[in-house]
Amino acid sequence: MLRVSRRRLLTTGAALAGVSALGFPAISYGQSDKIKIGHLTPLTGFLGAIGSYAQLGVKLAAEELNQSGGILGRQIDLISEDSVNPATASTKAQRMIEQDGAVVLLGEISSASSLTIMQVAQRNKKVFFSTGARSDALRGKDCNRYAFHCDIPNTVMVNAVGTALKEKGMVKGKKFFTLTADYIFGHDLLKAAKLFFAANDANLIGDELIATDVTDFSPYLLKVRQAKPDVVCCNLAGNQVTNLVKQYAEFGFPYPLVGFNLNTGDAWAAGAGNLSGTWPTVWYHTLDNPQSKAFVAAFTKKYGKPPENHAWIDYVTLKLLAQAVNETKSTDSEALITYFEKQSQFDIMKARKAYFRSWDHQLVQEAYPFTVKPKEEMKDQWDMLVLGDAVPAGGAPLESIYPTKEQNPCEMKT
Amino acid sequence: MQFEFLLEQVVNGLVLGGYYLLIALGLSLIFSVGGIVNLAHGAFYALGAYASVELTKYLGFGPAVVISPIAVALLGILFERFILRRFYTADPILGLLVTFGLAMVTEQAIRIIWGAAPLSASIPPAFRGSVFLGDFLFSRYRLLILAVVAAVLLGVWLLLHKTSFGRVVRAGMQRPDMVAALGIRLQPYMTAIVMLGVGMAALGGAFFAPITVVHPAMGAEIITVAFVVVVIGGLGSFWGVVLAALLVGVVRGTTIHFAPAAGEASIYILMFAVLLVRPRGLLGERIEKFE
Repeated sequence: MLRVSRRRLLTTGAALAGVSALGFPAISYGQSDKIKIGHLTPLTGFLGAIGSYAQLGVKLAAEELNQSGGILGRQIDLISEDSVNPATASTKAQRMIEQDGAVVLLGEISSASSLTIMQVAQRNKKVFFSTGARSDALRGKDCNRYAFHCDIPNTVMVNAVGTALKEKGMVKGKKFFTLTADYIFGHDLLKAAKLFFAANDANLIGDELIATDVTDFSPYLLKVRQAKPDVVCCNLAGNQVTNLVKQYAEFGFPYPLVGFNLNTGDAWAAGAGNLSGTWPTVWYHTLDNPQSKAFVAAFTKKYGKPPENHAWIDYVTLKLLAQAVNETKSTDSEALITYFEKQSQFDIMKARKAYFRSWDHQLVQEAYPFTVKPKEEMKDQWDMLVLGDAVPAGGAPLESIYPTKEQNPCEMKT
Repeated sequence: MQFEFLLEQVVNGLVLGGYYLLIALGLSLIFSVGGIVNLAHGAFYALGAYASVELTKYLGFGPAVVISPIAVALLGILFERFILRRFYTADPILGLLVTFGLAMVTEQAIRIIWGAAPLSASIPPAFRGSVFLGDFLFSRYRLLILAVVAAVLLGVWLLLHKTSFGRVVRAGMQRPDMVAALGIRLQPYMTAIVMLGVGMAALGGAFFAPITVVHPAMGAEIITVAFVVVVIGGLGSFWGVVLAALLVGVVRGTTIHFAPAAGEASIYILMFAVLLVRPRGLLGERIEKFE
């Protein structure tokens, strides 16, 4: 006779219960009346922290749109996943289009992953909004007709910070040492920085390319000290910015640390008292306009913390996509591209409206340099930044801080 | 001048090695006595960091870095009693799987409790900045860490080599069957070793929270290097782990000095070279149960 002990039975039963829970996720019955939108962003790895904000932002936008009746009277079915790395990002993007039936894709922060999704979008002739990737190359030599770029490019970040540094007399004749992320984004940013240094009589006396999995910067910091620069400049991304800022504060060097790339999530993670210097940002939750305040209030109410700039950009992108679909009455890629290429204006919670530039598909908008608030003046842990004046200044056209057609080699591939 | 810069990197590498040591020593002890590669070791490091950041808000930095490792060590009792204990005599792959699973569960639990966004933590003002010794520059805070590591190291060495507890543990590494034949139950010793091991990992987390990013995956970041140190050092050898940790720190620092691009790869190349020449690790003892 087969005897089964009670313990064995219980464990086997529990295991089966576990497996069945895993094996049969909530089955969604074919709801063809929903508009499927694919969202990919890094939720793990060195960009995972800011990616999780992006996901919160896009979910809030979908929820709000659905509550107000959806797009063209149809509910949005948002599929949001971790993009992991460039290879996985492209596999998932392909699957979202082919199997899940996504009509449009958005998201991403890593320039490397964004590039692979852009290629998938082009092959499948679906529109992809690259929301958080900042590499100039994506909108330049790698541009394609189906990709739209929402974040500010590296050149604009360099210009925003550079303008602020020039006013402080920290550029002309100064010796710079840069620490650069060793992937497409960092290389691209370094290129923009070098152009800026050359145009403004600054000397680049040293640069270190740093792999994205480095967490201890002490050997690099020793090299910085050996070079004795006037200004140290951070061209890193994600968690690495936080790490560098913390360890820079630890060593307490006399050379000011500035950076051509920062996301507010990285600044918050560094914490009060660690961050100093001048940095660029694309949006900040203390911006004083009604649309921005309403978004911050809704986000804070739902998630218990203020939105980071990636929450903002993914939120805004889904909203402007909804506006485009409603106005063109179509989710067809060609109709959407034509609509955006007319340089239609969008309210993106800033003083000036933004538009996608027709010939390189990047969202032309204001940017801000910022400095760091003294610890005593902070109202809460999120209240860290003092925004400088928006660039470009009031009278100048928005495109004046963007690369010109001569500087940006974009030939739309169809 | 070039030589001085290099020397500076070497010294900095030794300091960094001290930090790897806190994680690797516990990993090595648990491996040597229990025969389990504790892939969840990084998770305890992360828990130590998170607990210390939370406690710092209420009690300040000093009490936080003391209480947090103790709390995590107590958690280690549960870990040993209810999970690890079932796998000492099992197929090693099962121990790997269960601790790997636990590492993932812990990482996701941290994500659920604290969120994916990193927590901020700062060095106490008294330990900010650098000190110069001659022409050498040291971060004041890293010197503090180095002192703590040295104290812990001394404590663990005394415990293993000068107490009856240590004699049983060392005998348990080599000949668990003989220990049993002498009428000594190894289980309570194993509980103590796991407590000590995860406690040290948590101590590392608590001290590194102010100078690294406190985020859910921080445990996964550290476990690979710690494992490399254990492999290079060799099983069952206290000084092997110490030597390997320092070596890894120094090799990484000097490689970054000469060829920055190879910096992260250098420690794996080192492991490869050591294993080619000495498969048992630098000072690894011959342990019958693993042969």
